[in-house]
Amino acid sequence: MINKTVHSVKEALEGVSSGMTLMLGGFGLCGIPENAISELVRLGSSDLTCISNNAGVDDFGLGLLLQQKQIKTMIASYVGENAEFEQQMLSGELEVILTPQGTLAEKCRAAQAGIPAFFTPAGFGTEVAIGKENRSFHGKNYVMEEAYQADFAFVKAWKGDVAGNLIFKGTARNFNPLMCGAAKVTVAEVEELVPAGELDPNQIHVPGILVNRIFQGQDYEKRIEQRTLRNI
Amino acid sequence: MALDKKDIAKRIAKELKDGFYVNLGIGIPTLVANYVPKGIQVEFQSENGILGMGPFPYEGEEDADLINAGKQTITSLPGASFFDSAMSFGMIRGKHVDLTILGAMEVSDKGDIANWKIPGKLVKGMGGAMDLVASADNIIVAMMHVNRKGNSKLLSKCTLPLTGLRCVKRIVTELAVLDITSQGFLLVERAPGVSIQEIKEATAGKLEIPAVVPEMQF
Repeated sequence: MINKTVHSVKEALEGVSSGMTLMLGGFGLCGIPENAISELVRLGSSDLTCISNNAGVDDFGLGLLLQQKQIKTMIASYVGENAEFEQQMLSGELEVILTPQGTLAEKCRAAQAGIPAFFTPAGFGTEVAIGKENRSFHGKNYVMEEAYQADFAFVKAWKGDVAGNLIFKGTARNFNPLMCGAAKVTVAEVEELVPAGELDPNQIHVPGILVNRIFQGQDYEKRIEQRTLRNI
Repeated sequence: MALDKKDIAKRIAKELKDGFYVNLGIGIPTLVANYVPKGIQVEFQSENGILGMGPFPYEGEEDADLINAGKQTITSLPGASFFDSAMSFGMIRGKHVDLTILGAMEVSDKGDIANWKIPGKLVKGMGGAMDLVASADNIIVAMMHVNRKGNSKLLSKCTLPLTGLRCVKRIVTELAVLDITSQGFLLVERAPGVSIQEIKEATAGKLEIPAVVPEMQF
């Protein structure tokens, strides 16, 4: 067993510096690496390129990095929930690359799996395809998209073991498994870190080979963006 | 009388067939889940990673780890499954989802759709819409026939940036059900009490009107 444990978030983020490209898991505020984001705020690294499906809300998630103006380029599929984001985008301080959600997922997975590029039908004939190679297969048109190249991937899982094996819960899985092993260094934070042997190997979602550092996360807020209830 | 949003959802729900896996977009499409015809089984997919999505939770049962693509708290039904975003869009691009229902700002009489960007206004992003429309064989659009200024949103050519080309199959608006054919918009049904003349006036794109256009049934 190869032990991937680090003992603090500080240790987990060692090597992060300004100008880097970071992947961050999560969909909305669901399954985001809260501890890593807090530490990025504390480190104050700037000129970051962040790859994440969304950009958080004003005072939580990636919104915290936006408040400190640490992000130079945001790569996301949907950014509608954040006034600070809007202000920085309209003023030209923040570059935004909007990417179809399935393409964003696949660009992570391709990086994870050693595939430099792939063809997808998403965005053909739209402004997303401008400047990209188009090709036809079996009478249907596709756009070539390239795998991401990132320095760090920050993911959050429900349970993990010291070998770096991960299990996710509910829809908090989303982009997290795809970002593991898709960057030079993958850092996983978990709600519950257990010794090797405690997780059933049949139930592992991400094998530890894709994770470089794992740590026990602290003080999860797990904020709900749209609390929507059924009437009794 | 023109339909309200609930009625549009009710009419679209009649398109659901037993055994369908269905992806619902945000807005009117979400309401379709409330009107599944009795006696059929369908499963709703939400592209953030669930099949077998259930209704909103009761107070106290909400779970931060269980949301839909609109970031709303949801529940899962027996037989549900969770998966990552690559798997989710794999099932979408791979045509395993039988029906996609989504909203639109404009649709052309060729089936082009624009629903993600208004130049000069805030751009929020396309989310999963481009992946959905590029892949699904069966796409129904729920939309209003005219905008607030009274201008038609069913055009000969979209004026807004496109989400996808030649992909829409059927449109349900407050006035009518229309199919996209090689002849343009084909008027299939009209809302109760709505005249063909009203629909003609509200449609800027090419409109084919058959001899008989029945009223919608609910």
